[in-house]
Amino acid sequence: MNRTTTQTGEAASAHEAATLELRSVTKRYPGADEDAIAELSLEVPAGDICVLVGPSGCGKTTAMRLVNRMISITSGDILLAGRSVTELRPAELRKRIGYVIQQIGLFPHRTIAQNIATVPRLLDWKKERTAARVRELLDLVSLPAEMADRYPAQLSGGQRQRVGVARALAADPPLMLMDEPFGAIDPITRERLQNEFLRLQSELRKTIVFVTHDIDEAIKMGDRIAVLRKGGVLAQYATPAELLMAPADDFVEDFVGADRALKRLALLRVRDVQLWRAPLVREGDSTAQAREQVRTSDLPYPLLVSEDGRPLGWLSEDDLVKGRVELPVDTAAEPVLDRDSVLRDALAELLERDTQYGPVVDQRGHVVGVLSLELISHFLASSDAIQADPADRVTDTPALS
Amino acid sequence: MTGPIGFGGGLPLATVLIHQRSGTTCEAANGFCPNWIAHNFSRYETPLLQHVVLTVVSVAIGFGIAFALALLAHRRRWLAGPVTGVTGVLYTIPSLSFFFVLQPITGRGSLTAIVALVSYTLLIIFRNVTTGLAGVAPETRDAGRGLGLSDRQLLWKVELPLALPEIIAGVRVATTTTVGLATLAFFAGAGGLGAQINADPVFKSNVVVAGGLCVALAVVLDIVLLALQRAVTPWTRAVPTA
Amino acid sequence: MDTGGANGMIGPLALLSQFNDAINFIFHSRDSVTGGVRIGGSHLLPMLARHVELSAVSLGVACALAIPLGLWLGHLGRGQLVAVSVSNVGRAVPSFALLAFFVAYLGTGFTNASFALILLAIPPILTNTYVGVRQVDREIVDAARGQGMTGWEIVRSAELPIALPLIFGGVRTSAVNVVATATIGPLIGVVTLGDPIINSSVYGSAGQLGASIMVAVLALLTEVIFAALQRAVTPKGLRLAAGASTSRRRFWTPKRRAYSTS
Repeated sequence: MNRTTTQTGEAASAHEAATLELRSVTKRYPGADEDAIAELSLEVPAGDICVLVGPSGCGKTTAMRLVNRMISITSGDILLAGRSVTELRPAELRKRIGYVIQQIGLFPHRTIAQNIATVPRLLDWKKERTAARVRELLDLVSLPAEMADRYPAQLSGGQRQRVGVARALAADPPLMLMDEPFGAIDPITRERLQNEFLRLQSELRKTIVFVTHDIDEAIKMGDRIAVLRKGGVLAQYATPAELLMAPADDFVEDFVGADRALKRLALLRVRDVQLWRAPLVREGDSTAQAREQVRTSDLPYPLLVSEDGRPLGWLSEDDLVKGRVELPVDTAAEPVLDRDSVLRDALAELLERDTQYGPVVDQRGHVVGVLSLELISHFLASSDAIQADPADRVTDTPALS
Repeated sequence: MTGPIGFGGGLPLATVLIHQRSGTTCEAANGFCPNWIAHNFSRYETPLLQHVVLTVVSVAIGFGIAFALALLAHRRRWLAGPVTGVTGVLYTIPSLSFFFVLQPITGRGSLTAIVALVSYTLLIIFRNVTTGLAGVAPETRDAGRGLGLSDRQLLWKVELPLALPEIIAGVRVATTTTVGLATLAFFAGAGGLGAQINADPVFKSNVVVAGGLCVALAVVLDIVLLALQRAVTPWTRAVPTA
Repeated sequence: MDTGGANGMIGPLALLSQFNDAINFIFHSRDSVTGGVRIGGSHLLPMLARHVELSAVSLGVACALAIPLGLWLGHLGRGQLVAVSVSNVGRAVPSFALLAFFVAYLGTGFTNASFALILLAIPPILTNTYVGVRQVDREIVDAARGQGMTGWEIVRSAELPIALPLIFGGVRTSAVNVVATATIGPLIGVVTLGDPIINSSVYGSAGQLGASIMVAVLALLTEVIFAALQRAVTPKGLRLAAGASTSRRRFWTPKRRAYSTS
């Protein structure tokens, strides 16, 4: 009993996410006139995803590769869990840091299982332990176990990328470096892999340095985003919301894009908005009561709900001519929005159904309020990012589809 | 193996003594003698010329055959396998055996040598022409068709020009290889620099001059072909102008 | 063809009998042209053995030198000019001239013969090994390094296995070259299968032709064996990858037809 505790305790300490700290890191290539990375300082809290983003040539990949010493540091220091990365020999250091690149770089002559087992083999793990770990990882990245004996050439791009992630996770490193890991994958698969990866990360809580040139991906994946400009100068280091709300300068504002207000929608959930109170009526209520409800609420129509509060439909004038509210009603209460869903998706649903309002429900399906296009546009207007008529912006965004 | 001189003692070609083996001169010691070379250089002119003719004629014929085969195989893909197989076998047979296997059919002389030498160029040139043609980007081909080029126009105006570097590279390899193989053509009775080497293989001056001429010939022909390649493919050296 | 008698050409029947005689020489021994010595048939076996021995020794030493050197240069990415131009130079120096050079300067004998053949065999192996290592995708090497592999581990577990097919391609070229060139071994004091070809006064034209046929068969056998070896050492994953790319290429064949008919 006592022994198991110690063991797990040890394991936890060895593999717990580590903080990563860059202290005035500078890189200048021999013979170059300018720094590739200039005095870069940032701290990534343990378990966070830090996205390095910027235009091409800004040094984001260089910055990432300095961490596992694929490139040597000119001056400054990088601390992993409080210890300088220069304390270990590069190969030793790299075995402790997961590494995923865009082209994946799977060994074409080795099976998927052998590829995933690369680092465990370098670390001389026992066969059974390695095999068990491979099975576990295949499951973790949602690949069927029979993939183990296939070769990379037999896999699709998305599957190879999952193998790449599994391989990087094999020895349970406290830090992962990912260089445009989803960059070479079609948009639909990329979206799925991003979501899967976020789900994975919510379980694993690794410290991750994630490089991308795509600001939307940065906003989606990052707990914190470091925007770099040419010469490896840090332009801003902030949470996605801060970045969108208050870009540090014109460069960041430009890079984030004119539609950053809309991008904020991707960061917020329906529950974050002050919802309208719905005029709720139930079957058998008097129409007078219903009219009274409408008068005191934000909405022109009452919402019919079931006994336990699930939305059934909107009542029109025609439905209110009788004395009591009756079923069925003409207008279904669609779309029904989940209060936990992303605001951007909720907006998309409203637009898709060509409707102004959508009842919002909680996890049990009970109506907790109503979201409207008006509310969303108010929300957009309330942020300091708005320069134009919000209604115009809403209709012309491909990002919403 | 009775005579002390010449490897080809048993061959029905006359082994000529290149110098008198007497006295204490450099020549008598079979040494490397610049003086001797300066005075006797003219005796290498005819063999060199024979060598050049053997090489150029063989490569030219080989190119004609291999190029035609490659164009055929470009149209009818199934031909590529058998052609590669047959030319591959020809390529593998050692030239020396080839000369003697051919002799009962084509007799002794340049014809035998040229038939054998041609057969060695086939695989190299065929392979390079087909890879060159296959290497043309599909989108380029597509664009050509989209512009209304017929298959024949596409081949001559788009595919072949783009395959030129690869094709000429094949001819270059074939040429240097042929220069080397032609040193054995004397076994077929076709002379060349090999005959000169064989005439006195223990005399350093002789071996160095004849061997050196072979190498020089290979290098010169290669440079000529390289220059040709650069001249006909100006686009490969185009650098984006800012 | 019959008219070519003057320069040695002969009719079909005589031609057949010549080849028949040559085959006969290969399988049955007879008296030599000069008399007194038995030649052909089983007497060819020592020559065959010597031929194979000389070739194998030369090829083996060439591999032992060229493969490690090629791996090393390829891994470091250095010496590209040397590693690549060595095969151009190798092609430009005729093997016959090279052998003659060895005879003139070092004399005859098995060791000198194998020196010359080693020199002949090194360039294709060295160049192919170098190119084989360099053509390994840089991302694969980068990923290997990023996972903490040392230089030697990268060579052993990534670069060497992926380069193997090309390396064996080079070995195969050299093997055939060496077997072919060993035929002129008698000129440098090693009695290989080239002896009946070169000393036709002893062996007669049947011996000359018969040995030529044997050398040709030996070279083809070498080619076939090394081609099989090359296939055998190609890791399955690489074969699959190559298969994937050819099937992709085949994919646009029907497309082409669709275009040309429209």
